[in-house]
Amino acid sequence: MHADPKGVITGVHFLDGDHACCEGTLAAGARFAAGYPITPSTEVVERFASRIPTVGGIFIQMEDELAASIAIQGAVWGGAKAFTVTSGPGFSLMMEHIGYAAITETPCVFVNVQRGGPSTGLPTLPAQADMMQAKWGSHGDYGIIALCPNSPQECFDLTITGFNLAEEFRVPVMMMLDECVGHMTEKVVIPPADEIDVSPRRYTRKPPAEFNLFEPGENQVPEMVKAGDGYRFHVTGLTHDERGYPSMNVATQDRLVRRLVDKLKPFSNGRAICDTADLEDAEVVVVSYGITSRVAQRAIELARKRGIRAGKFRIISAWPFPEQHIASLAGRVKAFVVPELNLGQMVHEVERAAAGRAKVIPISHAGGTVHDPEVILNAIVEAAK
Amino acid sequence: MSKGFVAINVERCKGCAFCVEFCPTHVLALSSAFNSKGYHPPHVVASDKCSGCDLCGMYCPDFAIYGARYAR
Amino acid sequence: MSEQVLEVPCEIPADSFNPVEPFLRTERIPHIWCAGCGIGTTVNCFTRALLASNADLDRVAIVSGIGCTGRVAGYARLDSFHTTHGRAIPFATGLKLANPDLQVVVYSGDGDLFAIGGNHFIHAARRNMDIKVICVNNLTYAMTGGQTAPTTPSHVISATAPYGVFEPAFNLVQLADACGASYVARWTTFHVKQLARSMEEVLKKKGFGFIEIISPCPTLYQRRNKMGDGLDTMKYYKQASKVRNGAPTSECSLTKAGEIVVGKFVDRERPDYYELLQAQMHESLGDRYAEPEVGCSEC
Repeated sequence: MHADPKGVITGVHFLDGDHACCEGTLAAGARFAAGYPITPSTEVVERFASRIPTVGGIFIQMEDELAASIAIQGAVWGGAKAFTVTSGPGFSLMMEHIGYAAITETPCVFVNVQRGGPSTGLPTLPAQADMMQAKWGSHGDYGIIALCPNSPQECFDLTITGFNLAEEFRVPVMMMLDECVGHMTEKVVIPPADEIDVSPRRYTRKPPAEFNLFEPGENQVPEMVKAGDGYRFHVTGLTHDERGYPSMNVATQDRLVRRLVDKLKPFSNGRAICDTADLEDAEVVVVSYGITSRVAQRAIELARKRGIRAGKFRIISAWPFPEQHIASLAGRVKAFVVPELNLGQMVHEVERAAAGRAKVIPISHAGGTVHDPEVILNAIVEAAK
Repeated sequence: MSKGFVAINVERCKGCAFCVEFCPTHVLALSSAFNSKGYHPPHVVASDKCSGCDLCGMYCPDFAIYGARYAR
Repeated sequence: MSEQVLEVPCEIPADSFNPVEPFLRTERIPHIWCAGCGIGTTVNCFTRALLASNADLDRVAIVSGIGCTGRVAGYARLDSFHTTHGRAIPFATGLKLANPDLQVVVYSGDGDLFAIGGNHFIHAARRNMDIKVICVNNLTYAMTGGQTAPTTPSHVISATAPYGVFEPAFNLVQLADACGASYVARWTTFHVKQLARSMEEVLKKKGFGFIEIISPCPTLYQRRNKMGDGLDTMKYYKQASKVRNGAPTSECSLTKAGEIVVGKFVDRERPDYYELLQAQMHESLGDRYAEPEVGCSEC
């Protein structure tokens, strides 16, 4: 279906990533947000607080991130599209509830505008050091989808994608921004509402007596309900069967937890979202995401000017990791160069997917600013030798 | 005929004796019988005294007993 | 499971049933609570209250946290949510704001609501969020083996205070009162009639309502402190309780074996969160304010 025009400010805007992300949530149909102030993410909800009363929804500033991350899930079960916004320290606090969203298959969106860490770290400066945490941060086995925009325009577009994927897969989606992308101001084009595709919540049509809230459909994803419609359903964080009732035995655990991970497998392959260029003849491929991909772009161009066949693989859906794409590239390139604003996180996934068939060269950076393109260029040159 | 009656679900009972203690007219007592879990469920010892007040039902933590008035 | 009925010398009409049955997920009974535990008793009272308040059961949602009392959500045949430890109240907040037509009841224990959940309790009460909080207070963390809770009275032995608790305990009704709750009452599991009536009252009253129910934990709390079983505890409640409606909540502290002040302490009128939200938005935005349509069928 199309976006509700009430939430869409069609036109050409000059917005920073945080503000564009907020507009993305509104265009996607979010009408509930709960948040807690944390730099550099706060503007997302500040704008939402200012916009939502004239669009028709609610923002509530909760008392902490623990509250915010579960209030949104209560709202989802009340029928809303909902999201919260945070940065590193708050993301850490939200981990338990990301796991809760995963096992209860609650469609919702968590925006993390990454900053230097660990702990209080560098509140106003960029990093990309929460990437592994996005996938592994909560305890137990589960899956999430993570998207990495690299511009304010993408903060708008990909946030809508994120909400749509949350509904399609009944999964929490992590929008992994960083302080640079969040605070850079660029042109953002917002199309007319009828040109924006929004996925409706897949409410079941089955009558209550026939419906099981955790019974998977063909794509391993169950349908949804909301409170108040007579379904008398039960949601629990305990391991549960298809009815949603606690069923704490080995067989149920295996069936449930494997399905939570397996239902997202398409993202390891055909559904992976990436932006690639010059891969056909590439000898060295630069794998990057977020703000680092903007810097890497320059390095790739400089390398090509020097006659090095450098290619770009920009990760947009970071989790599940696009392993098939990397694996097939590994068969024919010399090396992957992987710059990240961390001490090496997604590079481990590249190594895993490459399985030794190509060199993998990390370019780590502890965070606080972006890479110097020369550093990435030098690594490309070395790798091409 | 008494004003009310008591129905007991023997298998749910855990023998806590709340119903026995708090029945205002002492209709119940723990029996010497066992249910399959090894508890002594209550039984009615003074059915003519039952008013159907359902206090037993309200007290029972195991939903194993209730009382009601006979319809007239 | 076949229903075995002992030979009783009274006739049971064929169409009679336990009033609590329609509210239970009977396929999950028997429940996990111990012999002499009071949680089931509180569920009976809650059932009576729902019936008496003419609630549309399709519109009642129950939210619980983790612990023995938290398991109530799993046995109630309502839209029910068994959430994370301490976080039932913020979940309930989101649920209620998405659909204000729901009657949202939080049903949880003392440790869940007041230790890990303490921060959320005070803020929801402060906001006068239109949710009802039923707290079964067995003075311990029962599910995990009887550790000290913020409500455990001094000198009590617990699993984590083997030589006796020495921390001062919370007075929950005072805390709720101080945070601005619109309705505050305390009963014990002995006071089934009054409890059911309080629950009915709180369901009919807008704003943040709080009912504390003192309940036995015979397996852990009472056993470790040689206080007898569930029945002994109920007799203690009967003997030691003093009904003092309207008493100042500061005078309602609990001790290891002393008097238990019960009653309705607070029943006041305050605009609830949603009313305040609407009022502020109308004042600031006038015609530009759009009525929230947070939860919808067509999103």
